[in-house]
Amino acid sequence: MSAPAVSAASTSGTTVPATGEVAEVAGAGDPGDLGEGRVVRIRFAKRGRVRFISHRDVARAFERALRVAGLPVAVTRGFTPHPRIGFGLALAVGHESDAEYLDVGLDRAVEPSSVVEDLAAVLPDGLTPEAAVDLAPGAPALQEAVTSVEYLMVTGVGAEVAAGGVAALLAAGEVEVARSRKGRRSVEDVRPLVRHLSVVGHGEGWSELHAEVATRPRGLRPSELLEALGAVPGPAAGVEFYEGRVLRTRQWMERGGARLEPLEADPRPRAPEVHAS
Amino acid sequence: MSSLWPRIEPLLARVEKPGRYIGMEGGRRRPVHGPGRVSWLLVYPDTYEIGLPNQGLQILYEILNERADSVAERAYAPWTDLAAEMRAAGVPFFSVDDHRAARDFDVLAFNLSTELVYTNVLECLDLAGVPLRSADRGLEDPLVVAGGHGAFNPEPMACFVDAFVVGDGEEAAGEVTEVVASWKAAGRRSRDDVLHDLALLPGVYVPSMYDVFYDGPALREVRPRHPDVPAVIDKRTIADLADWPHPSTPLVPLVDVVHDRLNVEVFRGCTRGCRFCQAGMVTRPVRERPEEQVRTMVAGGLRRSGHDEVALTSLSTADFSGIDDVVAGIVDGSTGCGNVSVSLPSLRVDAFTVGIASELQKGRRTGLTFAPEAGTWRMRRVINKMISEEDLHRAVDAAYSQGWRRIKLYFLTGLPTETDTDTLGVAELARDVVAVGRRHTGRATCTVSLGGFVPKAHTPFQWFGQNGVGELRRKIGLVRDALHRSGAQLRWHDPEATFAEGIVSRGDRRIGPVIEAVWRAGGRFQEWSEHFSLPRWLDAMAAEGLDPDWYVTRHRADDEVLPWDHVSAGLHKDFLRQDWHDALAEHGLPDCRWTPCYDCGVCTGYALEHVVGSSVPPAGGSQGTGQDPSRGAVVPVELATVRGAG
Repeated sequence: MSAPAVSAASTSGTTVPATGEVAEVAGAGDPGDLGEGRVVRIRFAKRGRVRFISHRDVARAFERALRVAGLPVAVTRGFTPHPRIGFGLALAVGHESDAEYLDVGLDRAVEPSSVVEDLAAVLPDGLTPEAAVDLAPGAPALQEAVTSVEYLMVTGVGAEVAAGGVAALLAAGEVEVARSRKGRRSVEDVRPLVRHLSVVGHGEGWSELHAEVATRPRGLRPSELLEALGAVPGPAAGVEFYEGRVLRTRQWMERGGARLEPLEADPRPRAPEVHAS
Repeated sequence: MSSLWPRIEPLLARVEKPGRYIGMEGGRRRPVHGPGRVSWLLVYPDTYEIGLPNQGLQILYEILNERADSVAERAYAPWTDLAAEMRAAGVPFFSVDDHRAARDFDVLAFNLSTELVYTNVLECLDLAGVPLRSADRGLEDPLVVAGGHGAFNPEPMACFVDAFVVGDGEEAAGEVTEVVASWKAAGRRSRDDVLHDLALLPGVYVPSMYDVFYDGPALREVRPRHPDVPAVIDKRTIADLADWPHPSTPLVPLVDVVHDRLNVEVFRGCTRGCRFCQAGMVTRPVRERPEEQVRTMVAGGLRRSGHDEVALTSLSTADFSGIDDVVAGIVDGSTGCGNVSVSLPSLRVDAFTVGIASELQKGRRTGLTFAPEAGTWRMRRVINKMISEEDLHRAVDAAYSQGWRRIKLYFLTGLPTETDTDTLGVAELARDVVAVGRRHTGRATCTVSLGGFVPKAHTPFQWFGQNGVGELRRKIGLVRDALHRSGAQLRWHDPEATFAEGIVSRGDRRIGPVIEAVWRAGGRFQEWSEHFSLPRWLDAMAAEGLDPDWYVTRHRADDEVLPWDHVSAGLHKDFLRQDWHDALAEHGLPDCRWTPCYDCGVCTGYALEHVVGSSVPPAGGSQGTGQDPSRGAVVPVELATVRGAG
């Protein structure tokens, strides 16, 4: 858009185009200050081409969809009010999911099923709300409460080698993998994070793995799990487990030994019906 | 014509920000291709993030998809990582709508917004598998069209572009469609035929229909090769913005882009008369959109897009006749948009403007940007940006007192007649601004953005020899030293990039091979500092036997034939020359919206008129029309050439 910036554009005030103007997305990745009112928790899928957009992009798409749908989203007080929305664990760019969640603070109660319907009509193709519940007051935020997630991962390694690697990893006492977070590199034992791992499908030169990984003390990325498979001594040692399509299938919250799906974990108790007598 | 998506998809796992290649924006059209339709690929030759918000492209996208005889998709330059993957995998340049190969379109239309993107045009053509040079294209190749401000000096791109559209594209796009449609219907026989027909359309320049003659290094003449082809191509101008309420359904991208908000153009054109500003000169006259239509477009755009910010766009937006009412209406919610913030990307420097800006306080607030452009009153008279120090002080005082903490100031350096006193005036002004701010808050900051001035075609400064790299560096150094411990931060534009821009900005046809050589040497995304390299440009100039200083730092003689003399923005050359001499005499020129016409040539030549809602100039400040633009210095300042690319 050359017009409005023209007094500067003919000579361009900065060397790098105006990346500084990219808007901050309020609430993206924020566990969420959902306010005092009603909160609806929504499960949605991220499938197809939209898998190439980032967690922040998904957050912004929901914020816009909520506005277009005209839902009564609660906003924070203060100088720069932003919508009270809480997102769960980030999904890596390029991965698909059948189990993404967000919590939305509302100024008044709205039937969860109509939230799903209204959003479905306006969200981009591939971001598909599936179900929603009213959340109990004071329910823990998604990022704090989710304890494990499941993935289906295609890897460019044949079934036999893959099965060997899986068995070796599960049998190992510890599996050290070099990881980097926010620029800091460290070597960590990732074995305790792997709750379940199996080969569930295969073809010529590829196999599909099913994994459940813990999110505490922090999450294990599919790419790190694949790297770990090649790092364990055994039949798959040194093999590069190329990452193919990755689908997150489930997220779980652990409560007293039981695994609960986030929509089932903290539903708002139904108001007792009042009967006139 | 099948989708390339299955072949693109595997590449996306290996590139940065793959979301910019998937399309899927809100508001996108479903392209309907067919034998009866001319298919356009509208290309912004920069990244998706920069190109997607481009309003010109979005306007044409709507117009061409609403016509029954055309269809349009969009494409943006792939970043270098994807371009490498595409070459390795044999995947051609593609549209983001349906992921169609660029070669499958009838017309590839490039938006030439700034000179440093020109090498990206070649990159896109090469990735598309289309011959770079018009002369090498055959019947099966798409027509390569270009528009945007770059079309006002088309010569540097003349050997690559089949046809330029000069000026507003709204009407011309349809006329080009009709010519191409009849050519297709008649069996696409000779490429020369369709180019000849295009050359007869008003506002369309077909370089291959013109011969260029030189006297040594000097240009002698650009002459049509056919008697029916016009000797001068007049720009297109839509008379009334109200007839073109586009974009009505703005594109809403799924990934972060610049200007990620609803943009509504409130007027086009500007007659403030800033002498450095090509946009102001080539987009005359002023054509305001009716207030009511602005409201409708804001309300509809917000409702459809879900944006929570709207920018009212134009040059010097506070000059819009209905600005107070429109802003107030959006902010108080009477447009029915809920909690929405408003931004005015181009503000005048005066208290009136801050008054409007304070209206925006009711919504969310961002920093305020002012563009005094020059550091002293003398210098501002030369460039005809008549802002007094008092006005700037009043404006920033009002801003800081109403709670703004961060003020950004834009300046140019290397302006005609600029002395070190003028250059240092930038630092002085910035120090004053910080001092004013500190009276209100200890946290007051000010950012100074300093750009090297590049003279542009069709402006009074088109005759001026640009400052060389060393001189601009020295001036930036002066300001930097003077701002030491001032509380103001300085950001500056790389003087080497300014020099390269200068090569192309006033270049002639001989610059085409230079652009190609820079591209062949790997020069893409030249406005991105990590990809820019001046030596590539200088090597290419040397290889072509061209002297960079002749193009960049040389003052042009008053009677010299300029490479764009055969393209008219409606401005009389005599007017520009007079305004150039007035500049040297430090003599200002008032805004003709509210004062008698001085006949720059546009309205009289094209039988147009300003379309403004108010015949009274806006209140407030020296940038209203209250100032006395009387003659200043008696002796015109001598122009010394400051040469050198080193």
